[in-house]
Amino acid sequence: MSRTWETPGGVHPPENKSQSMTQSIGHLPIPGTLVIPLHQHIGSPSKIDVTIGQTVLKGQTLTTATHSNNLPVHASTSGTVIAIDDQPVAHPSGLNAPCVTIASDGRDQWIEHVGVTDFRGCGPLDLLQIITDAGIAGMGGAGFPSAIKLSPSKDKAIDTLIINATECEPYITADDAAIREKAQDLIQGIEVVCHILNDPKRVVIGIEDNKPQAIKALRSYIQESPIEIVPFPTKYPSGGEKQLIYILTGREVPSGGLPIDLGMVCLNIGTLIAIKRAVIDGEPLISRITTVTGEACGVNRNYEVLIGTPISHLLTHNEFDENNCSRLIMGGPMMGFSLTSTDVPVVKTTNCILAPGHSEIPADTPAQACIRCGLCAEACPVSLLPQQLFWYAQSKDQERLEAHNLFDCIECGACSYVCPSNIPLVQHYRSSKGEIRKANIDKIDADNARQRFEFRKLRLEQADEQRQAKREARRLVTEQARATSNTSQPGSSAADIIAAAQQRAMIKQASPEQQKAKFERALLAAQSRLQEAEKRLIEATANGSKQQQIICSASVESARQKVDQTQYRLRELTD
Amino acid sequence: MAFKQISSPHGHNPQSTSWIMQLVLLSTLPGFLALSYQFGWGTFINLIIAVVTSLIAEAAILALRNRPIAFYLKDYSAAVTAVLLALALPPLAPWWVVVVGSLFAIVVAKQLYGGIGYNPFNPAMVGYVVLLISFPIEMTTWVTPISLLSEGVNHPGLWKSLSIVFAGNTPIDGVTGATPLDVFKHSSGLVVDQIYQRETLFNQASFAGVGWEWVNVGFLIGGIILLKTRIFTWHAPLAMLGTLALMSILFWDGGSSASRGSPVMHLFNGASMMGAFFILTDPVSSAVSNRGRLIYGSLIGLLVYVIRAWGNYPDAVAFAVLLGNFAAPFIDNYTLPRTYGHTDRRKATDKGEDE
Repeated sequence: MSRTWETPGGVHPPENKSQSMTQSIGHLPIPGTLVIPLHQHIGSPSKIDVTIGQTVLKGQTLTTATHSNNLPVHASTSGTVIAIDDQPVAHPSGLNAPCVTIASDGRDQWIEHVGVTDFRGCGPLDLLQIITDAGIAGMGGAGFPSAIKLSPSKDKAIDTLIINATECEPYITADDAAIREKAQDLIQGIEVVCHILNDPKRVVIGIEDNKPQAIKALRSYIQESPIEIVPFPTKYPSGGEKQLIYILTGREVPSGGLPIDLGMVCLNIGTLIAIKRAVIDGEPLISRITTVTGEACGVNRNYEVLIGTPISHLLTHNEFDENNCSRLIMGGPMMGFSLTSTDVPVVKTTNCILAPGHSEIPADTPAQACIRCGLCAEACPVSLLPQQLFWYAQSKDQERLEAHNLFDCIECGACSYVCPSNIPLVQHYRSSKGEIRKANIDKIDADNARQRFEFRKLRLEQADEQRQAKREARRLVTEQARATSNTSQPGSSAADIIAAAQQRAMIKQASPEQQKAKFERALLAAQSRLQEAEKRLIEATANGSKQQQIICSASVESARQKVDQTQYRLRELTD
Repeated sequence: MAFKQISSPHGHNPQSTSWIMQLVLLSTLPGFLALSYQFGWGTFINLIIAVVTSLIAEAAILALRNRPIAFYLKDYSAAVTAVLLALALPPLAPWWVVVVGSLFAIVVAKQLYGGIGYNPFNPAMVGYVVLLISFPIEMTTWVTPISLLSEGVNHPGLWKSLSIVFAGNTPIDGVTGATPLDVFKHSSGLVVDQIYQRETLFNQASFAGVGWEWVNVGFLIGGIILLKTRIFTWHAPLAMLGTLALMSILFWDGGSSASRGSPVMHLFNGASMMGAFFILTDPVSSAVSNRGRLIYGSLIGLLVYVIRAWGNYPDAVAFAVLLGNFAAPFIDNYTLPRTYGHTDRRKATDKGEDE
């Protein structure tokens, strides 16, 4: 038995997992229309490959990736593209997003596809390309493109592969069901990933001890394999990536860092099965296992669901009683988000549709005052002080919030769950995080505006000085001209012209100091702008915002040019 | 069909704030019973006066502040404050003492600071200290424990007690007397053994001081119930009792005339147990983190001992707790827990990123 470590805090909400495990994974009739959101993962949107009216086959790509961090999506069944427009999607914001709508032809006809016969003969990069082309993103929740996670990096070697079979959220049994029925696919998926990672030293499956049948199924498949199966006591939120890494290895992912900083990569059960299908069967990610559960559903069961299936289709096939539905949740009760409509489609991260009854999850009662009882701090899995965060969130004290590590909050909801005063703590933290992010953006904007203003002021001052110098010169010229015209013979215009020319030459001789000073000032300004721009670039790189990085590097470049130009002029003047 | 947008988590642990408060009230029962057995009806009368005054005061201020009255009264926090104050006051204290204390606790110490959750000081202890400073005679007149009453003398019955409390009739002679901590304090010059031999409060005691030892056992039982039900953590109470015991060991001095009393005497006399489990554990006015609560509890334990041993008051829990309340925000600043993924603890006043 491998040693496990215990995370601080955690809660034990009622598990409610048995009701959806009474039957095996089911299949639903193909829905009449499927709505496939083009943007289901973290990363930028991709290019649309199909047009309205075009017929598509099952598994055909609908979009192509235009950048290394985005993924294609595929038709989940054969049919005709009937719309490409913005549709309601499952997102906490409630906003619409671009989708391809397919009217299915009922034939469910596959596009020609072929898997890799011997994946061990393929290079890791080829396999990663297959995984990217299959549109595989983390299916545990965040939807991070899997190939990026698995890509080799120059300075960070991966020596541990962690397989997340925790499924700590109540109600959800999608991974449990997948392990019981598709353990062989899972093991093959693990083998593929091990090959990509060049056989990591340690491969470990972390699983909560409330899934004894899944543990048995896994054990029967990997008797002679070096894969470790590590069951540990059930406690929410053990399935958080950071929590699981600590439980299995006793090490902590640095704040703001990624598991790869520890030489680890963490993948979900569903993701590994999808990888097996992509590599060995040549099938892109067009379906997933989703738990449909809750008292408002007459049938509670896991289904292999096509991506793009409307939630309403799932619900009507499970004897949904909307009068007894207190809320509709995508995901689990702890971290899932509420849906306002049943029209939204299933996406690659939809692990559960929960339709609880009124008595099962009643409406929230009004929040009482915080008495700082500290039950939240006892429940926090990352050792924050939720009661203090709440205090500062209310007073919008952003400095204190950051000092109390607000951004290390994983929003697991354990604090809100135990709060005797029923305070929606997580909601407060989300809103505070948003406010702080916005304040940071505003600060950058304000800095830019200030710089622009200061530069303009400098430019106007310089122009003013130049004008004044010219005016002064002209005045001198006319005075001198007047003086010469008085002494010399009147009308000798040639003499006037010569005098004026001499005067101009004299001014020019006098002005190098002035000009030098001007260029020096300009050089100073340009250098400080360059410094500022470089600082912003470093910040943007640290933030990881691609767009910001591009903007910043452009401004660094232009600032550098300006410095060079000014230096050149200065040199010209002094030479 | 449209559904409501509701923020996660969905579903909730059934434990509520009013349930916590009710549990605290129930857990005072052993202490209350011990007090009533040892000292008669006085505590019960205190309790009724304090609860009625507090609830009326709370409702009145809530009405003035335009807050929903029933919603806040149902959290039972005013009742908890009233009960704790009543249990701390001397039995058979005049009614106006209890009323003034309750009013001060609820109106000034709690509501003027913003009501439940916002009071920087423990309201019951503010009320107690105001009374102790303003009415020292009424506040230091304690009833004699039942086993020390002379033959034929009894604690006054309910009606007699009511007349003492409301009509100002003086109690019968022999019914009031000193407390063990008073006796010990005023017996300097004697070695501990001599005090224990001479004073009935000690020589008839089972282990710490007649009457008081059982009152403290009562509150200890209540405290263990609350610990078991995880209403609070062990950190503050144990730190306080531990420090109190440690200090009394350090200054035990072999029981000489300079001795300040044994650990058992300090732990089981006065308001030690009630303070440790029912006053220090008030979460609103205490330090927030577990480490902070260890320091907070130790500080109060230290102060209790210092004031008992070298101060002018025989008991010191109320003063020590208020001083601890003052220190709590300062303690909080330096006792943030280390967050996952961080190498160091941070200070609450840290600016910018760490490391």
